[in-house]
Amino acid sequence: MSDLTTRDSAETPDHGHGPTTDGDGTDLARPLFTGPGALPAADVPHRPRASDVNPKAARRVERQIAAMFMLAVLMVILFVIAYVGIDPYTMAYVPVLGEVGAQNAALGFTFGLGVFAIGAGAIQWAKKLMPDVEVVQERHTMTSDAEETDAAAEQFERGKEESGFGQYRLIRRTLIAALALFPIPLVVLLRDLWSPKNGGFGPSPSEVLSETAWTEGMPIVTDGTYVKIRPEEIPVGGLVSALPENINEIQEEEHNLNARGKAAILLVRMEPDEIRSQQGEGWDFEGIVAYSKICTHVGCPIALYEHRTHHLLCPCHQSTFDLADAGNVIFGPAARRMPQLPIGVNEEGFLVAKMPFQEPVGPSFWERG
Amino acid sequence: MKALAARRRNPVVVTLLLLVALLGVGGVYAVATSAAPAEATASNDQTAIDEGKRLYLEGCSSCHGLNAEGTSNGPTLIGVGAASVHFQVATGRMPMAAPGAQAGAKPPVYTDEEVAQMAAYIASLAPGPAIPTAEQLDYSDADVAEGGVLFRINCAQCHQAAGGGGALTQGKYAPSLMDATPQEIYEAMLTGPQNMPVFGDGTLTVEDKQAVIAYIMNLQEAPSPGGISLGRLGPVAEGLFLFAGVMVIFIGLAVWIGIKAR
Repeated sequence: MSDLTTRDSAETPDHGHGPTTDGDGTDLARPLFTGPGALPAADVPHRPRASDVNPKAARRVERQIAAMFMLAVLMVILFVIAYVGIDPYTMAYVPVLGEVGAQNAALGFTFGLGVFAIGAGAIQWAKKLMPDVEVVQERHTMTSDAEETDAAAEQFERGKEESGFGQYRLIRRTLIAALALFPIPLVVLLRDLWSPKNGGFGPSPSEVLSETAWTEGMPIVTDGTYVKIRPEEIPVGGLVSALPENINEIQEEEHNLNARGKAAILLVRMEPDEIRSQQGEGWDFEGIVAYSKICTHVGCPIALYEHRTHHLLCPCHQSTFDLADAGNVIFGPAARRMPQLPIGVNEEGFLVAKMPFQEPVGPSFWERG
Repeated sequence: MKALAARRRNPVVVTLLLLVALLGVGGVYAVATSAAPAEATASNDQTAIDEGKRLYLEGCSSCHGLNAEGTSNGPTLIGVGAASVHFQVATGRMPMAAPGAQAGAKPPVYTDEEVAQMAAYIASLAPGPAIPTAEQLDYSDADVAEGGVLFRINCAQCHQAAGGGGALTQGKYAPSLMDATPQEIYEAMLTGPQNMPVFGDGTLTVEDKQAVIAYIMNLQEAPSPGGISLGRLGPVAEGLFLFAGVMVIFIGLAVWIGIKAR
C-alpha cells in the first residue's frame, strides 16, 4: 500500500452499512491530493452508493446476494437429480435449440447457471457492499537507477576477470570450435529423409514426391470397393474416384497412406468432342480422362466435379480446374494445372494407366520450383 | 399527423418500413409463382404416354422443345429416362421458377400420377434409366458402415460429410440431403441431375447404392443431442458460433462488472 493513496478509509471504517462522512455531499469535489505530481484523473468526486447511505438498500442487496448463492445451491441439487433421474437417451424439445438430449441440456443448464450465480453473487457483493473507495496508483520510471546499472556492469567485468576468458587462449579457442561444430549433427540427421531401403538409402525426398504408384499397364480400380473398371461402365457425365490396383499391398508394406495420397485419381467421361485439349496426344480413352485428385495448390483431395461445365473445384481455396481443357487452372490460387494420367485398356478390356504420371502430383516443392 | 411526419426519418421507422416492404414483395411473389396443378387421369400405358405428352407440351416444351430435342434454354430429354423425369419433377426442381445457376427443390407442381405420365412419355422417346424398383430401393439389408465409406469417397466432397450440402462454382450448389427420399437419392446417382456426375451401376453397384442410401437415411435419423446442429459442419462452425455468442455475453458481463455501483 506504500504507493497507493486512498481516500476515506481512515474516516469511514464502516463501509458496508450506514452513511459515510461524504453522505451529505459537502466535500464531493475535494481533490484526492494536491501538490506536484497530482493526477487529474484521480480528481473525481466520490458518490456514495445507495447501500452506503440507506440501510434498507443495503439489506436488500444482502438478500439479493444470498438469493444468488442459494440459487447456486439449488442448481447443484438439480444437477445431481438430473444426472440420476433423466434417461440419457431421452430427447426433449427446447425452444431455440430444438430437439436436444434432455439430460445433456439439463446438466448444462443447471451447472452453467449454478456457476454463473456464484460468480454474479460475488461480483454483486464486491460492487455493492465491500468498501467503495477511489484509489490512485502512481507510476514510476521503468529504468533502473544509475547505482544499479553501475553495479551490474561491475559484476560483469568481475566475472570476465575471474573466469579468465581473456587469459586462457587455448580454452577460449577450443570452446569456440566446439560451439561452431555443435549444429553439425542436427544437419547430418536430415540424411534420414532418404528413407532406408534394403540396407541402403532409398529415393531422395524429391524423388519420393515426384513418383506415384502408377506404372505402365497398372489396372485402375474403384476407391472403396477396389474393382477393376471397364470403360463401358462409366457413362457420359460419370465420375469415378479411383486408385492403382496394388494400392492396398503398398499400404500394408509401407504402413502409411502416402502412396494412396499421391496416387488418387478421378476418372470422368465426357463426349469425346467436348475435350478441347489434353496434356498429351490420345491420353484419354473414348472420352474418359484421368486426372490426379490432389490439388496442386496445397494438396486437398478434390472431387467437386460439375459434369456440365467440366469444372473441378477445390473446396479448400476455390481453385478451379477445367478438365475439358488439359486440367488448366481457371480460377483460384493453384499455380499449376492438374496432372493428367494417360489411360488405355488392356487385353482383358479393363482400364489401365498407359504410363506413370509425367509430372509430379500435388503441391509444389523445393526441387520442383 | 404532425408527430408521425416528424418521426418518419427515425432509423427504427425506416427499418420497419423496409421490412414490411420486403415481406410484402416476397409474399406476393410466392403466391404468384405457385401455379395450380393441372388434373389428369390415366390407367394403361398408352393413355399414360399420351397424357404425359399433353402435360409435356403444356409445361415443358417451351424450354425442352416440342419433341424434347432441347433448345438453347434447356437440354434435350431424349434418353434421359423416367428416373430423371421423376427426380426433377417430383422434387419440384422442374419446371423451373426462374432462370438461374441451378434449379432448386421446391413444392412439386404436378401430382405423382402426372409425374408418372410425363416419365412414361419421356421413357417412350428413347431408352434411359428407369425409375428404380422397390427391390432396388430396399436398403434394409445394406451395410451402413460400408455406405459411409462410399459416401465419403463419392458424395461427401460436394454434399458434405454429414449430407448438409455445400457450394459449387458460380452460384451452383450441392443441396442438403436431409429431406431426400431413397428414391430421389437413387435416381440422382443414376441420372446425374444438373451438375452432379453420374454414378453408374458398373462402378457403384446396386448394393453400393443401397449402402449409400442406408447411410444417408442413418444421417437423417441421427439425433442432435446438443440442439442446433449448425448444418453439422463440425467443431469449427460450432466453435465460431459459440465464440461469437459467448463473446457478446462476456463483453456484457465485463461492462456490468466495470460499471460503478450506485
